[in-house]
Amino acid sequence: MIEHSIVRRILPHLFLVLAIVVIVFPIWLVFSASTQTLADVLDAPMPVVPGMHLLENYGRALLEGTKSLGASALTMVKNSLIMALGISVGKIVISLLATFAIVFFRFPLRGFCFWTIFITLMLPVEVRIMPTYKVISDLGLLDSYAGLILPMIVSATAVFLFRQFFLSVPREMAEAAQIDGAGPMQFFARVLVPMSRTPIAAMFVIQFIYGWNQYLWPLLITTKERYYTLLIGINRMLAVNDALVEWPVAMATTLLAMLPPVLVVILMQRSFIAGMTETEK
Amino acid sequence: MAKQYEFSARGLPYLLVLPQMIVVFLFFFWPAAQAMWQSLFIQDAFGLSLTFVGMENYAKLFQDPLYLDSLVRSFVYAGFVALIAMSVALFLAVQANRRIRGALFYKTMLVWPYAVATLVAGVLWMFMFNPNIGVLSYLLFKRFGVEWNYLLNGSQAFLLVTLAASWKQISYNFVFFVAGLQNVPASLVEASAIDGAGPGKRFWRIVFPLLSPTTFYLLVMNLVYAFFETFPIIHQVTQGGPGQATTMLVYKVYRDGVFNLDLGSSSAQSVVLMALVISLTILQFRFVERRVTY
Repeated sequence: MIEHSIVRRILPHLFLVLAIVVIVFPIWLVFSASTQTLADVLDAPMPVVPGMHLLENYGRALLEGTKSLGASALTMVKNSLIMALGISVGKIVISLLATFAIVFFRFPLRGFCFWTIFITLMLPVEVRIMPTYKVISDLGLLDSYAGLILPMIVSATAVFLFRQFFLSVPREMAEAAQIDGAGPMQFFARVLVPMSRTPIAAMFVIQFIYGWNQYLWPLLITTKERYYTLLIGINRMLAVNDALVEWPVAMATTLLAMLPPVLVVILMQRSFIAGMTETEK
Repeated sequence: MAKQYEFSARGLPYLLVLPQMIVVFLFFFWPAAQAMWQSLFIQDAFGLSLTFVGMENYAKLFQDPLYLDSLVRSFVYAGFVALIAMSVALFLAVQANRRIRGALFYKTMLVWPYAVATLVAGVLWMFMFNPNIGVLSYLLFKRFGVEWNYLLNGSQAFLLVTLAASWKQISYNFVFFVAGLQNVPASLVEASAIDGAGPGKRFWRIVFPLLSPTTFYLLVMNLVYAFFETFPIIHQVTQGGPGQATTMLVYKVYRDGVFNLDLGSSSAQSVVLMALVISLTILQFRFVERRVTY
């Protein structure tokens, strides 16, 4: 821009490449471990170059899991996917409905509903661990998909984003729909939701990642292997005596757990950035 | 707000907000109220009877050296995580925001780690620094003679979880700083360059003050992240140990509630944490302009 000396031109590249190395190195190491035999990993220092056992390790991770775990990554991928989709789709659906009511109707409890949703921002699951656990257990939802998903599907962020968007929709459209004989729900389904594709996509990316990466809640309410998510499985694989850890299989599972959310970010990068900066600012 | 067209229907809006309201009351308000209520009682050893003790759980908590230690530790930890994650991200955002070749590639490469789960961040760092087989702990010992064992050495454990937590948060901060930098008018920076301000002066006098809303917003978000969302790292890497070295507040609530089954104390701790989130949220809304008023 202003200075043009060579050093000034090269330095930014140098710093950025260095940062990428710091970010990628730990992941590379995990990848490398997931392609070697256990003996190679245990013989410090582990080779940094990938080995020849990629298919074998990933095959074992996907179909069997480690000896101590009793759940295959295939089952856990399924559980993580159900949880992530349940949370993200659930959040989007109930937020769209609630925001539609708050923006397009006038009713006595409107302000109350908005503030109620707003206050949930201040009650993350981490501060109400035990009592929420009790509610789920009283409802008989321990070890169930409903138990994994339901307490997570409130989203003040989604309501804020949709509200901002709905307020920008010209009111004449709602009026015109009404004159054409369409009821509010028809307007919602045929006009409003299709118009909201962009914010919905943005929310989906953010909330899918959020759902996929949930840890504390599944840790509390799942005890049966059948309901383990990938992250819980990884923790359990590593939570045995250090000498018994099957590193290659555990690291293969770790990589599998990273892949879906990372792909979502890379493939939907524009929606992702929009979702992050527009809702949270 | 101008008078806007609105649908008229009596029951419909209530039906529409109903699912949201059920979930909020069942899983947010009721448990939060329970925590406040239970923090006023002591449960006997068999969980059969409750005795009302008023503020005694809180009084005990703030006289408990272990709790106070965890409180101080959590603040120091959160401060370091915010400082490291934000300063590294800002530095990188400034570099990536220059007109350089491959800026888009760099941005993509620095953004995607946002999708890495906090638990996975913990696993990555734990694997690199595993005392027996970790590549970096091996290097530390062979090259620098550092005996690295975070399972025995409290400071090393604290350092490790701090670095893992910061590593994970850099991408998030980077996205916001890049967005913030793009809103800094180039004309302003160029004008000050013409006036003879060097690059350092231009950054600190012009760019940094203009970024302050982003910086402040991120500061709050980073503190919230470090306090509440890094539980998986602690749980995975150190389990709060060795000793108390990495027992942060959320981990302590979890341990006291789930394993020690001390309901009164755990509830009181939850309420303290609630107060902390509420103050951070209020701080943010007071100082960062956000259009949520009705």
